[in-house]
Amino acid sequence: MDRLLELLPELGEATVETLYIVVISLFFGGIGGLLLGLALYTTRAGSLFENRAAFTLLNILVNIFRPIPFIIFIAAVQPLARLVLGIGIGNSALIFAISLGATFGISRIVEQNLLTVSPGVIEAARAAGAGPFRIIRTVILPEALGPLILGYTFVFVAIVDMSAVGGYIGGGGIGNFAILYGYRQFNPVVTWAAVLVIILLVQLVQFSGNALARKILRR
Amino acid sequence: MSIVTLTDVVKSYPPAQKGGAPVVAIDSVSLDVQKGDVYGIIGYSGAGKSTLVRLVNALEKTTSGSIVVDGREITTLPERELRAVRGDIGMIFQQFNLFNSKTVAKNIAYPLEVAGRPAAEVRERVAEMLDFVGLSDKARNYPDQLSGGQKQRVGIARALATSPAILLADEATSALDPETTGEVLALLERVNRELGVTIILITHEMDVIRSLATKVAVMDSGRIVERGDVFDVFSNPQEAASARFVQTVVQGIPTSAEVDALRARHTGRIVTFSFRDGDSSQAQVFLDLAAAGVGFELVYGGINDIRGRAFGHLTLALTGTDAAIDGVLARISERSLVTEAN
Repeated sequence: MDRLLELLPELGEATVETLYIVVISLFFGGIGGLLLGLALYTTRAGSLFENRAAFTLLNILVNIFRPIPFIIFIAAVQPLARLVLGIGIGNSALIFAISLGATFGISRIVEQNLLTVSPGVIEAARAAGAGPFRIIRTVILPEALGPLILGYTFVFVAIVDMSAVGGYIGGGGIGNFAILYGYRQFNPVVTWAAVLVIILLVQLVQFSGNALARKILRR
Repeated sequence: MSIVTLTDVVKSYPPAQKGGAPVVAIDSVSLDVQKGDVYGIIGYSGAGKSTLVRLVNALEKTTSGSIVVDGREITTLPERELRAVRGDIGMIFQQFNLFNSKTVAKNIAYPLEVAGRPAAEVRERVAEMLDFVGLSDKARNYPDQLSGGQKQRVGIARALATSPAILLADEATSALDPETTGEVLALLERVNRELGVTIILITHEMDVIRSLATKVAVMDSGRIVERGDVFDVFSNPQEAASARFVQTVVQGIPTSAEVDALRARHTGRIVTFSFRDGDSSQAQVFLDLAAAGVGFELVYGGINDIRGRAFGHLTLALTGTDAAIDGVLARISERSLVTEAN
């Protein structure tokens, strides 16, 4: 317990670090996933930019990268991180790997949520003379906003999970804190403190996401 | 003046399986809709009527043939220009297809915003349309807070926001209960009469045709099998498919099964007299029967009114001597159609 009190500043720092990693990754992965998800959605048969070849290609791409366990993915994309960022370790490389990995996962969530938009509503927009980009912006995304917010809330939790292995390539955060000061120093109280912080963080985000989605869906 | 003209229009889809025959949804259809018409297209589901109406605003691409809308051939227009054409044709749907994420006012504003109208004009026009459909108090509500009839009224307001000359109605009342159907049909009638909008409506309900349409085309397996004034098709259908639809709302000449049922309950000879606007009057028939000493009892049928013109079939059970009945039937059949059940 005394040890935990001593480590409180480090825990605080690790929490802030986790938040930083998660928020930046969610931003880049969120945008990447949204674009990839939109590409999957709009190229499928019967959709706005129906294109069998493009859809098949994207579909296979996502299927290849999405199931790779993150701890392997992080190592596999290290050369790419070096190429893009000039560095393969630390928080920047971690954020790069999470953003890329999350892009594939998020794209499926986006695609699935967009598929819930009624084709009739899209037809009504087409009948009003709207072009495909306007339909995406003014009809498809607004109509799917509620489920999309719930989807991104789910993704936030998944990214917290991904960020926990940050220590593996020299990144920080609560996961690293738990391993460094709790697990390796045989101090379960410290580990459990890290768990508690994560539980609080996830609860807070899930609660806000639900509230926001409820407001959008008006129910 | 023609406003929509289809000439030899074909719509086919690629075969479901490789090497199969293409699926022909619309098979060489020609149709001429005049300005101000309420043109009804009736058919069973799968007859191709939904596809046909989507060719008129190019939501579906025509395979071959010509479609002229308001003097413009649309089958050869590029997508960008088709959008402008679609903006000038209103459309309403069976499932209303309102934007659930937008308020009623925002739904109605949508086509105006697509057309790039200035904000002040949009506001004014939305208020006008809300007033026209009687939903001014619902402007800030969302579609899921409205009843089915109210949703369709919003759909109509949205479709007419840009003041189109043509309104396409795709089974617009099929998801509504009978009372609300009447309400929406009355509104569509006002749209045609007060705003002069030409309406092309597709339906599988003959009642909708009877109460709203001026002309009707009957579709069966991708073809138009019969067309004409609603009165003519109702009072004297030429094709089996048309007759089946007419039977759903009009009691015609009883079938042999119905005759058997009538015989079980009534004595005498079962004879059907058909009346059409301008033929001999019912009164004359009854006077002739009475003068010949023939007793009669009305056992089946009815008289229908379409836009102030009446027609119908009355089936009577006639009692009296055979000679008297034969004599009077011969006299009446000189003026109108007489069908005796055997």
